[in-house]
Amino acid sequence: MNASAPVIRMQHVSKWYNPHFQVLKDCSLDVTRGEVVVVCGPSGSGKSTLIKTVNALEPFQQGTISVDGIDLHGKGVNLPRLRARVGMVFQHFELFPHLSVLDNLDIAQRKVLGREREEARARSVALLKRVDLSAHAEKFPGQLSGGQQQRVAIARALAMDPVVMLFDEPTSALDPEMVSEVLDVMVQLAREGMTMMVVTHEMGFARKVAHRVVFMDQGEIVVDAPKEEFFGAVTNERARVFLSKILAH
Amino acid sequence: MFSDFDFDAILRALPYLFRDGMSFTITLTLLSALGGLLLGTLIALARIGGGKLLAMVAAGYVNFMRALPLVLVIFWFYFLVPYLGQWLTGAPRPIKVGGFSSALLTFVMFEAAYFSEIMRGGIQSVARGQSSAALALGMTGGQSMRYIILPQVLRTMLPVLLTQTIVLFQDTSLVYVLSLTDFLGAASKIAQRDGRLVEMYCFAALVYFLICFLASQAVRRLQTRVAIIR
Amino acid sequence: MNYHWNWGIYWEASPEGTGSYADMLWSGLLVTLEVSAIAWVIALLIGAAMGVVRSLPSPWAKRISGTYIELLRNIPLLVQLFLWYFVMPELVPDAWGDWLKQMPDAPFWNSAVGLGLFMSARVAVQVSTGIAALPRGQQAAGTALGFTLPQTYWYVLLPMAFRVILPPLTSELINTIKNSSVALTIGLAELTARTRAMQEFSFQVFEAFTAATVIYLLLNLAATWAMRLLERRLRLPGYGAG
Repeated sequence: MNASAPVIRMQHVSKWYNPHFQVLKDCSLDVTRGEVVVVCGPSGSGKSTLIKTVNALEPFQQGTISVDGIDLHGKGVNLPRLRARVGMVFQHFELFPHLSVLDNLDIAQRKVLGREREEARARSVALLKRVDLSAHAEKFPGQLSGGQQQRVAIARALAMDPVVMLFDEPTSALDPEMVSEVLDVMVQLAREGMTMMVVTHEMGFARKVAHRVVFMDQGEIVVDAPKEEFFGAVTNERARVFLSKILAH
Repeated sequence: MFSDFDFDAILRALPYLFRDGMSFTITLTLLSALGGLLLGTLIALARIGGGKLLAMVAAGYVNFMRALPLVLVIFWFYFLVPYLGQWLTGAPRPIKVGGFSSALLTFVMFEAAYFSEIMRGGIQSVARGQSSAALALGMTGGQSMRYIILPQVLRTMLPVLLTQTIVLFQDTSLVYVLSLTDFLGAASKIAQRDGRLVEMYCFAALVYFLICFLASQAVRRLQTRVAIIR
Repeated sequence: MNYHWNWGIYWEASPEGTGSYADMLWSGLLVTLEVSAIAWVIALLIGAAMGVVRSLPSPWAKRISGTYIELLRNIPLLVQLFLWYFVMPELVPDAWGDWLKQMPDAPFWNSAVGLGLFMSARVAVQVSTGIAALPRGQQAAGTALGFTLPQTYWYVLLPMAFRVILPPLTSELINTIKNSSVALTIGLAELTARTRAMQEFSFQVFEAFTAATVIYLLLNLAATWAMRLLERRLRLPGYGAG
């Protein structure tokens, strides 16, 4: 592990769904340790696809991606082990409905990382406390609100001690009044120095904690700029139109 | 082993298998499907709009039939029908009923339970909006059922009804227990007469497979067409 | 009707000399239960495996499971039992064939396996439907946590898929019990066969069939009740309406 090397290094990544439809066009992006990168763009711009290539949930045909120095397409790469070190939070939470909240946090620790029951349980309990859900530990996902479910999902990802956290529109399936409780947890994480890549339209979150903002359109990374520059004087026309649209309401 | 597999035995049996056996099977299937659909529709109507008592009787009939093995029902009717006939006609002794008639009656009564469930589901899904539209035009309940709802149900449920008919086609092989000469019965008679069990049963399986497989593929194609039209 | 009813027939001794007619039916019921139970286990195991294979993205997996399912679905159960019972022993090497023919309980094992495989195709369709009914993100979530594909199926997809398909599985279980009666054609002394035997020995057609009918109805109720119990035990708080 090299402290200065990027945690995520994405070089010239292209992806086609079929010969006539290219979803990602030559995307290159680095995320260094401790950095928070927000990815935004209109729907259908490929941002969700892009973030899912990082832990190889989406295959890609051209380019290279390495996570923590390990090439995804490298020989003998153990993808499950690699994915275990990349936390991911989904738009629709994707908690496992047949497991209690605690078991949702335990199961991958035990079955993937091989932790003992007590060790896993202690970690889960601590993380639930951190997302302020200790009172709901024995409940099932179906008994929680959307905001609570998403906080459990964040805790589940953290339980694996990831080197980086990926967020794929973590608040867009939530009722408006629940958005802030999830964002608060994410802000807290960012302030503690977690490396994060976040696909979101929440520009308030970006302003508060992002280091860089990436703007995508039609499968291309159009803008990749430090936050101040992006919000201050973005020169790209498409990005400006997009920003004015989402900031208007 | 396959080395003494006698294709000739199959060839020689073909006329008997198809002229006697398969024609019996297909006639029984089609008549049972028709009768089962008619009776099944009546049962479905009784359950939906027939008043409490009638609905209960109809539901009881459907659940009762669907709880019993077909083989048992075949035996029931085979022994019961002569007595029923005697009772109905006032004849001095149980009347003689041919194997085909007994089987046909069995399958109509049995399949009606299954067809009625399909029709009931269809009627309920179509009727939701369409019946108020028909009533608003001044139709009576009966008119709306007959001219508006049932035609749509038959159309949308056609793939399911046909799939059930394919199941029925397979089920007719069970008349074997009455020693009737349906397709399988014919194959089995030749098999035992000529000692050609392997040839005859393999061939029977192949024929059943081809017919059912092709028919269900056709139904699948029909299903996508119906789905698009809607 | 000049039919002579005799409801006491059940307690009369059967000419087999092994007890009353009721004992005869009882022995048939036990065979029905045993054959159905074994067939159901086979159907669940192979059906689950084939259902999983059918849900895999690979076209080869779909082809294999598709062929399996279509073969078993498009040949009548009765013909399948004949294939296992009469044809199989002739097609395997002679030594195996002889062993199969001389097996003490050949009709029993043939019925159990034949019926089990027949039902497995139906279970497979249900299982793959259940898996397809789950949100697509569930598999992604399992994968993202570092589960291998088998782990994702075992820990994430199958537990939910089986809950989703419990109601249709209940009807398949009942179908298994009902279909076991077809095995009388290869000489299995199950409930319907013993009912027939009682009728032939005693000439009390309707008493015999009435008893069998009542027993099958009770079996239905028992199976439905057991599955309901299972459904209730597996019900997840807050998940879905029912």
